[in-house]
Amino acid sequence: MRTRAARMELLQRAGMLLVFALLALACSLFVPSFASSDNLEALLLSVSTVGFVACTMLFCLASGNFDLSVGSIVACAGVVGAVVMRDTGSTALGVLAALAVGLTAGLVNGWVVAFARINPLITTLATMQIVRGAAYIANDGKSVAIGAPGFDALGSERLLGFPLPVWMCAFAMVAFGFVLARTTFGRSTLAIGGNLEAARLAGIRVERIQLAIFGLQGLVCAFTGLVLASRMTSGQPMSSQGLELEVISACVLGGVSLSGGVGSMLAVVAGVLILGTVQNAMSLLNVDSFWQYVARGSILLAAVLFDRWRTRA
Amino acid sequence: MPPTELHLRFQGVSKAFGAVRALEDVTFGVRAGSVHALLGENGAGKSTLLKVLSGAHVPSHGALVLGGAQRSFASPAEAFAAGIAVIYQELQLVPEMTVAENVFLGHMPARFGLIDRAELHRQARTLLERVAPEIEPARRVASLSLGERQMVEIAKALSRGARVIAFDEPTSSLSARETDRLFTVIRALRDDGCCVLYVTHRLDEVFALCDAATVLRDGRHVKSHASLAGVSRDEIVRAMVGRELTDVYAWSARPRGALVLEVEGLAGPGLAAPITLAVARGEIVGVFGLVGAGRTELLRVLFGAARRTAGRVRVAGRELDVRSPRDAIAAGVALCPEDRRKEGIFPLLSVLENLNVSARHVHARSCGVLDGRWERENARAQTERLAIKAASPAQPIATLSGGNQQKVVFGRWLAGTLEVLLLDEPTRGVDVGARSEIYAILYELARRGVGVLLVSSDLPEVLGVSDRVLVMRRGALSGELARAEATQERVLELALPRAAEGAGR
Ligand SMILES: Nc1ncnc2c1ncn2[C@@H]1O[C@H](COP(=O)(O)OP(=O)(O)OP(=O)(O)O)[C@@H](O)[C@H]1O
Ligand SMILES: [Mg+2]
Repeated sequence: MRTRAARMELLQRAGMLLVFALLALACSLFVPSFASSDNLEALLLSVSTVGFVACTMLFCLASGNFDLSVGSIVACAGVVGAVVMRDTGSTALGVLAALAVGLTAGLVNGWVVAFARINPLITTLATMQIVRGAAYIANDGKSVAIGAPGFDALGSERLLGFPLPVWMCAFAMVAFGFVLARTTFGRSTLAIGGNLEAARLAGIRVERIQLAIFGLQGLVCAFTGLVLASRMTSGQPMSSQGLELEVISACVLGGVSLSGGVGSMLAVVAGVLILGTVQNAMSLLNVDSFWQYVARGSILLAAVLFDRWRTRA
Repeated sequence: MPPTELHLRFQGVSKAFGAVRALEDVTFGVRAGSVHALLGENGAGKSTLLKVLSGAHVPSHGALVLGGAQRSFASPAEAFAAGIAVIYQELQLVPEMTVAENVFLGHMPARFGLIDRAELHRQARTLLERVAPEIEPARRVASLSLGERQMVEIAKALSRGARVIAFDEPTSSLSARETDRLFTVIRALRDDGCCVLYVTHRLDEVFALCDAATVLRDGRHVKSHASLAGVSRDEIVRAMVGRELTDVYAWSARPRGALVLEVEGLAGPGLAAPITLAVARGEIVGVFGLVGAGRTELLRVLFGAARRTAGRVRVAGRELDVRSPRDAIAAGVALCPEDRRKEGIFPLLSVLENLNVSARHVHARSCGVLDGRWERENARAQTERLAIKAASPAQPIATLSGGNQQKVVFGRWLAGTLEVLLLDEPTRGVDVGARSEIYAILYELARRGVGVLLVSSDLPEVLGVSDRVLVMRRGALSGELARAEATQERVLELALPRAAEGAGR
């Protein structure tokens, strides 16, 4: 009986991964050239951007918060990194500058949400615009080409047949998944999302943990921005528009609750993969881009409805 | 309606949640025009039975018989329409709406979809006349006291013409006066011919209010008394816990050590005058006061959950400068908060998570990596020690019965190093059997040198377990009584506002 319960639980948790597996199977059967190694590589590469940011977005959502500023931070970090590299000729300085931008933006978010107790939706809606503005201001709205030595390796180096960003994303998912499930920090995150007041009274440093989560989010976004800039060999202020919605969609698709308190990396991985696969298949099938919007939204809606039905049954 | 007619009957009602059998073949009847007590240990299935009644749960087997006709409700709306209202402990009101709007929630008087405010207020006032005439229909519910909200909830039931009204532990957070008030209203409902089902853990109330009683144990029907005349308290307790339990408190004298908590001139929000007190190792100090006397505020300031504006606190001889609960915990101070649902539990997390939440950072390995083996072991030990009724450590705490949730919140502190234990209504909603277990654990902790400060609205409990009683009134200490001199009268005399009439008894 115990094993049956355990099996049910596993099925519950792997449910969305199963959906992904079926989807991938269907795509490789019915979508021409989906299963080609070139396409799979492109798929994983495109998924890695959302995947990176989703790692920390998971923490944000699990703690009952929300972050709309991620897309702007990704773009801004890329531009600032590129500008510094151009002006100083130093790759290291550029990387540091980009990470500093991300960390600062994240900490500002965290401070306002945790200490000034402003609603995270409003806070990050504001910083989303501020940081996007900063990205344009950094180089007058023009994109910045990057010629710094060695920087292009970040996005294009290969390891065991896959591009480096794919490996890094996989690593980040494993690492953050471990942190959420197996460390006091992770458990405190879930506790805060589940009941903030109870968490405080249980001795959890609620504000510090929220600050840390947003700070981490900023850092990861900045890193993602660097990887993206390296892949495009330029920093582009208008890039990653709408990334925040893609990331949050992916998390929710996998089964992370928007009201906080629950979430697992498995869910995020599933959500990211499903969304990426659908996107990829639609491009291969030459689906009109207007219709792609409709399809993505419908899938999100269907997924949450399915989830509601599954948890109720 | 003849008063002896069996108005409501549970006929072989069973309800299972997965492997948990919350109710099994429960059969008994409730007379119209009577108040029927529903008793049993934590997790016995009382709340589940009420949820079956209200249509919130569909029974796996069995049915309800209402006025002779077999009924089954698929939703609370259907039960409501059939004249059944269940008033849960967590009241189902919308705080930001007015009293009148709450009373008529879902069926407001309207013309062409426009709410007729005047009519709404007039009708609400008529209903409130019967339960609490002083409540203004236009007031926001958020501004009402808990007792007043309960009255609004009753008016809401009456607005639907309810003939069966069930209460789930309605008095657990009411003051004595509000409780009296509620009893008056319930008696009036009974005299009107309503069927009243009344769930409580306070046996005094059973004898004061109820006409009949039914005891459940482990989801099964144990016994029904059609009349409580000649039924003794011990008899009911025995039916509830399944064994003899004569002295719930079982207090005995304990050796006392050095002072472990010294408070001097403490001030903070909700405290009208500086507080000075001391607790020795091995001592259990009870703090009594009416609702609003500042007891909870005192504990919160001590624990760093509210801001201390003046005063000194020493724990085990060391100056304690708390800025947050975490500092207090690090010094060995623990608090069981008053409002379980708001401040105590993490509803989505498991029993294991909830038990370990405070102690785990001490036991985690380097870099905060959790020690899974310790967590499982600790959860098992505390579950056993407190006899927590859970299907498995992985069960979400929200699906535990109320009393068992309370035990988990208490059990959270038993794993760490403890110097001072602050308890705020620790046995609210806990059954007699489990209460005596909790007291035994308190005594054991005290013997090991812990100082205990126990806030409770349950006066017999304060008198029963305390070595010394402090009394608070209007945010200040109003007196101190040794165990030998602490009687109900003397404590109440110190607790009641002096100016009030009839309070000087
Ligand atoms: N949704 C649920 N899922 C799983 N188990 C449940 C659920 N609801 C109740 N139970 C279980 O059913 C049993 C009866 O619970 P119930 O809440 O009816 O007890 P109770 O008599 O009201 O106790 P208390 O006096 O502590 O409030 C308990 O063992 C509880 O854990
Ligand atoms: Mg209950």
